[in-house]
Amino acid sequence: MLEQQLVNALSLGCVYALFALGFTLIFGILGVVNLSHGAIFMVGAYAAEQAVSRFAFPLWGALLFAFVFCGGLGLLIDFLVLRPLRARNAPHLIPMIATIGVAIILNNSIQGIFGAQNLRFPAGLVSEETLSLGAIHLTALELGIILLSFVLMTVLLIALKKTQLGRALRAIAESPKAAYLVGINVEHLFYLTSFAAAGLGGIAGVLIGLYSNALFPLMGQPMLHKGIAVIILGGMGDIRGALIGGLFLGFAEVLSVAYIGSSMRDAVAFGLLFLILLVRPKGLFGTLQERKV
Amino acid sequence: MKQKPFTTSLLALAVATTFSMGVQAADIKIGVAEALSGGAAQYGISIRNGFQLAADEINAAGGVNGDKLQLIVEDEQGKKEEAINVFKKLIFQDKVLMVFGPTLSNSAQAADPVAQAAKTVAFGTSNTADGITSIGDYVFRNSVTEADVLPETIKMAVKKSGIKSVAVLYGNDDVFTKSGYDNFKKALEDLKMPVTTTETFAKGDVDFKAQLTKIKAGNPDAIVLSALLAEGAPIMVQARQLGLNVPFIGGNGMNSVKVFDLVKEKSDGLYVGSPWSSSNTSAENSKFIKAYSEKFKSVPDQFAAQSYDALYITTQALKQVKLSGNLAADRTAVRDALPNVKWTGATGQFQFRRANDRAGKPAGYDAQQTPIISVTKGGHFVIEK
Repeated sequence: MLEQQLVNALSLGCVYALFALGFTLIFGILGVVNLSHGAIFMVGAYAAEQAVSRFAFPLWGALLFAFVFCGGLGLLIDFLVLRPLRARNAPHLIPMIATIGVAIILNNSIQGIFGAQNLRFPAGLVSEETLSLGAIHLTALELGIILLSFVLMTVLLIALKKTQLGRALRAIAESPKAAYLVGINVEHLFYLTSFAAAGLGGIAGVLIGLYSNALFPLMGQPMLHKGIAVIILGGMGDIRGALIGGLFLGFAEVLSVAYIGSSMRDAVAFGLLFLILLVRPKGLFGTLQERKV
Repeated sequence: MKQKPFTTSLLALAVATTFSMGVQAADIKIGVAEALSGGAAQYGISIRNGFQLAADEINAAGGVNGDKLQLIVEDEQGKKEEAINVFKKLIFQDKVLMVFGPTLSNSAQAADPVAQAAKTVAFGTSNTADGITSIGDYVFRNSVTEADVLPETIKMAVKKSGIKSVAVLYGNDDVFTKSGYDNFKKALEDLKMPVTTTETFAKGDVDFKAQLTKIKAGNPDAIVLSALLAEGAPIMVQARQLGLNVPFIGGNGMNSVKVFDLVKEKSDGLYVGSPWSSSNTSAENSKFIKAYSEKFKSVPDQFAAQSYDALYITTQALKQVKLSGNLAADRTAVRDALPNVKWTGATGQFQFRRANDRAGKPAGYDAQQTPIISVTKGGHFVIEK
């Protein structure tokens, strides 16, 4: 039973990590806690479901479609909501609250279009075969989620560390004004980040929608709450933190179900989270930013 | 209070002829308060359709003792406050003979006392929570409660699948799934059924494998599941993926043909109980399904069947009542006639059963009906006997 629970924890942790990647990216670069990320995640799942059921897209096509569709949506949100607020130097809380409004609009639009009942992807889109290794059961989809969350994290890390673009992004994260002064096109990179983060959210929506087999307009909401916990734990804005934080939460939840009891799950998981933050207030990978005058 | 039957009916006649052609003074006005918008609308609209179908059939066949039924339909939005407002409007302003509704048990708890105080029958067709009919002797329902259905579901599953122990899994942050769990728990205790483990999940969870792995380790013969479809469907899929191939015993939340869309080929072996089943081929039910599908271009559900039957049950009572034109007396006469009705409709044989109030004194009336237990097999509900 323990082996199976460890595998369960790994796949659940990667589900959280996948969601948290885009969430932490947008915070790291734009400094915005984007509370519409859960709704974008949900839109990604619906977009892919429509692409598959109406236009018979294959899975990779649906993933790509969700990435582009949600990326476009993220771009639109940035252009219509975040940019005007940036232009007015709105304090930190304002964009966060504005994104709550965006989430409400998206949730209600989807409910208006598709109704409140549950949808699912057509059966057979991914193989529902279970790989059995001794006492361990693992589905192809779980394996995919685990691999993809590691791959995406590595790609993002390398892109941020090694490429010219990544250096520019990190400069912006440090100080948009200074980056602007050294000739970086800050606005363009903000758009790019919003696009990439929302696109990642969309991909997470597709995979997790496939995993749970139930799409509904508010499916992003509980995920958003877990996502916030994950990126706080990992260190706000840190890419490695999203994965480690996600894994931590996954293991904490699964092991507390296995050994303490499922009604205590959230109490144990979030209790541990609280303890870690007591010791490391900036999260596992966060660095205390010292601002010298 | 003095009644002025002549002037009121003259006024009603004038109003009726001015505003709606074809409505006659001799119509029997019946209020229908259901959630036609908001989250409960998927139920409320089915219920309204069931009433409309029954009213059309009854009126086409000549009405009740020559009088036509006139439904006054109001939207109570699935909210307590709105249900109270709508009940007041129907009872005091529209002066209906009796009221059907509201859709949700929560709303019924709030609105039924209004009808009770006005000595007007409140007839629920979808309220399943405990305690609704203990409000008073003017409160009726033909919806079978979970407390009645779940023990029968478990018994049937035990009989058919030779179950000796069960694991329980339920959503602990939702009123509906929690109350389903409470009823399951009581039923399991009454049957002295050993429970290997009781696990919970929260709304919006996507991964249930931790709980299911633990359940599997206890090696139960079945899983008792109180969940809504959003979580219940992935739970069934993930259980099968873990090689946990025991039957599920589901509560009301799992009793929907949507389960076949969501769970697909892994949907076999789910027991559910309900007073109505689309697979029931009795003459009354076949006629209802055919008429409903033709009128509304969609398949009926349990809620439509219950409201359809409710209006026929009421009609049987109205046939025994000689309407005097004195509203208060007529309302009481309807209340006195209803408990004696026996009817066989889309939901099968029906009669009322006296319920007690909290002090143990006789109060309103519950449904006395045998639930139909079905099990899922190859994408259909198959009735077990």
